[in-house]
Amino acid sequence: MQGLVCSNISKRYETGKVALNKLSMSVESKGIFALIGRNGAGKTTLIRILATQLSPTSGAASLNGVDIIKDPHGIRERIAIVPQEARATPWLTPHETIFSYLLWRGFDTGEAHERADRAIKRLAIEEYADKSNRFLSGGIKRKVLVATVIASEAELIFLDEPTTGLDPISRNDLWNVLNELKKDRFIFLTTHYLEEAERLADNIGIIENGKLLGIGTLEELRKKVKYPYSIKMLDAGKKAAVRPKSGKVIRGLDGNSQILTSQKEAYAISDQFIKKGIKFSMNPISLDDIFYYLVKKPIENGEEHEEEYW
Amino acid sequence: MRRNIGSQLLASVLVNAVYAMKNYPIMLSYTFLSPLSMLLVIFFVSHGSLLGIGIEGGFIMAMVLSGVSMQGDLSHLKNDLKIQDMVVSSPTTAFVYILGMAISELVYSLPSLVTLIVLAALFIHTSLMGAIEIFLAMSLMFAFSIALGFMLSTFSSDVIQSWAFSGIVSTFLATIPPVYYPITYIPLPYRYIAYLSPTTYAAQIAQNAAGYVAVPGAILAIDWIVLIAVSIAIFIIAAKKTRWREK
Repeated sequence: MQGLVCSNISKRYETGKVALNKLSMSVESKGIFALIGRNGAGKTTLIRILATQLSPTSGAASLNGVDIIKDPHGIRERIAIVPQEARATPWLTPHETIFSYLLWRGFDTGEAHERADRAIKRLAIEEYADKSNRFLSGGIKRKVLVATVIASEAELIFLDEPTTGLDPISRNDLWNVLNELKKDRFIFLTTHYLEEAERLADNIGIIENGKLLGIGTLEELRKKVKYPYSIKMLDAGKKAAVRPKSGKVIRGLDGNSQILTSQKEAYAISDQFIKKGIKFSMNPISLDDIFYYLVKKPIENGEEHEEEYW
Repeated sequence: MRRNIGSQLLASVLVNAVYAMKNYPIMLSYTFLSPLSMLLVIFFVSHGSLLGIGIEGGFIMAMVLSGVSMQGDLSHLKNDLKIQDMVVSSPTTAFVYILGMAISELVYSLPSLVTLIVLAALFIHTSLMGAIEIFLAMSLMFAFSIALGFMLSTFSSDVIQSWAFSGIVSTFLATIPPVYYPITYIPLPYRYIAYLSPTTYAAQIAQNAAGYVAVPGAILAIDWIVLIAVSIAIFIIAAKKTRWREK
C-alpha cells in the first residue's frame, strides 16, 4: 500500500502508561503531514515508532509498502529524523555535523562534502558553516539539524517539534525552509503550535490521549466541526448576548465567549452585535477552533471550559 | 544505494575522537594521565622494580578505560544530544556504530598508548611469542570493556547515571585488581576476590609472557579460558540485552 499507513498501533510503556491506543491512519507520502496534540498526547511516541527507535506493543505500519515494524533496516534506508530536544553537537561545526551524519548514512567522503555544502547553501547558513555549533544561536542550531537531515537522500523526514523554543523570526525562517523542502520530500512533523500546522501542512492529524481524533486537509477537518464560522467576542468577560438559532457558545482560549455557527447565522449575529456596539471578530473556523472543538479542552491549562447556553 | 561501511566507521571516529580532540584538547590529558599516573605511583613505591609490570598494568588500564569512556560518550550522545536516535533511524547498524565508537576510543587513547608502547619497547624484554600473548590478552580486555560499555550505555537514561557506572567499572576492573603488581602481593584470603575480575587473568597472562612471574601451564590455560569465556559471555549478554530499538 502506498503512503504512510498505521494500523491499530498501540504502545504501553513498562510503567503501564498507555501512550497510543489502537491508532490507525493513512496519509499520502508527499508534502507535509503535521501531527498536532497537547504535551503527552502521544506525538513523540508515534514518531519514534515510525522512525524505528521504539517498538510498538501491537499494530502495524508501513511506508510505501515497506513494513516499518518487521523490516526496520529496510525502512532506515528511506527515513531521517531530527528528534525532539536534539542538539547540534557543541564541538562540531555545522559543516562537520552534516558531513559526519552523511558518513553515518554511508556516503563516500567526496559526496558527503558536496551534499553538506549544498544543504548549507539551501538553508542560507554559509556564514556559520565553519563556526563551532556552541557559539551559534538557537535558531541557527535548529537550521543546522534540519540541514543535516535534508542533506541525506531520505524520502521521509521526521521533525519532532522542530520550532519549539524558537523566537517568531527564527520560526518563520524555518517555516519558509520547510515550505520549500516539501516540494521534493515527505515531511512528518509534530507540533503543538497550531499556527505552524495551519501554515505548513497539507494534511493534519489531531491526536489526544493516544487516539487520532481527526485527520485530513484543513478543509476536511473544518467539515468535522458542524459549524464553519467562528465569532469571537472581544470584550473580556461578556457573554454572548444573543441566542443563535443553531450553533454552540464556548469559552475560547482567551477566556472570552466564542460562537461557532453557520455562515448565515454568523452574519445575522454580527448584525446584532454591530447594532449593540459589541466588539467582535468573525472568521471561518481556524485550526485552533477545530482542535479545541475536537479535544474540548484549552491546550495550555488542561481545564474543561465548555459552556452550552441552550 | 550502496552504503560505504568505511564511511560509517569514520563518522564515529570523527565525531567522538578527532573533532572532539580538536575542540577540547583538555580531554587528551585525562586519557593520557589516567594509566600513567598509577604507573608513576607504582614506580616510586617499588623503587623501580615493578616498572615492567606497571607498564603492562598501564596497558590494561588503557583498555578498560576505553570501555568506560565509551560508555560515558555513548550515554552523552544518546541522552543529551540525541545523536544516537538519529543514527538508529539511519542505515548504520548497531554493530558498525559501536565498532566505530570503539575505534574512536583507541584514537582518543593514542597519546597514552604511544607512550606505553615506547616504555614497553625500552623496559619490557620479551620474545615475539610473549609480545603476541600480551597483544592478544590486551585485545580481549579491549573487546570485553567495549561490550560492557555499550551494554551499560543502553541502560543509562542520564549522563549522571553513566558517571556512576564509569566509577564502579573502573574501580572493580582496573584499580582494585592486581594489574599494576603481581597477584602474590595480595594476602591469600583476599586473593580469591581478585580472581572475580577478568583483568586479573589478563594481568597474569601478560606478567607471565614478559617473564615477571612464572605461572604454571595449567593455571595459564585456565587464565586464557576464563578470559575468553568472560569476553564471549559479555558479548552474548550485550547482544541480547542492549537496546538499539527500544522496547
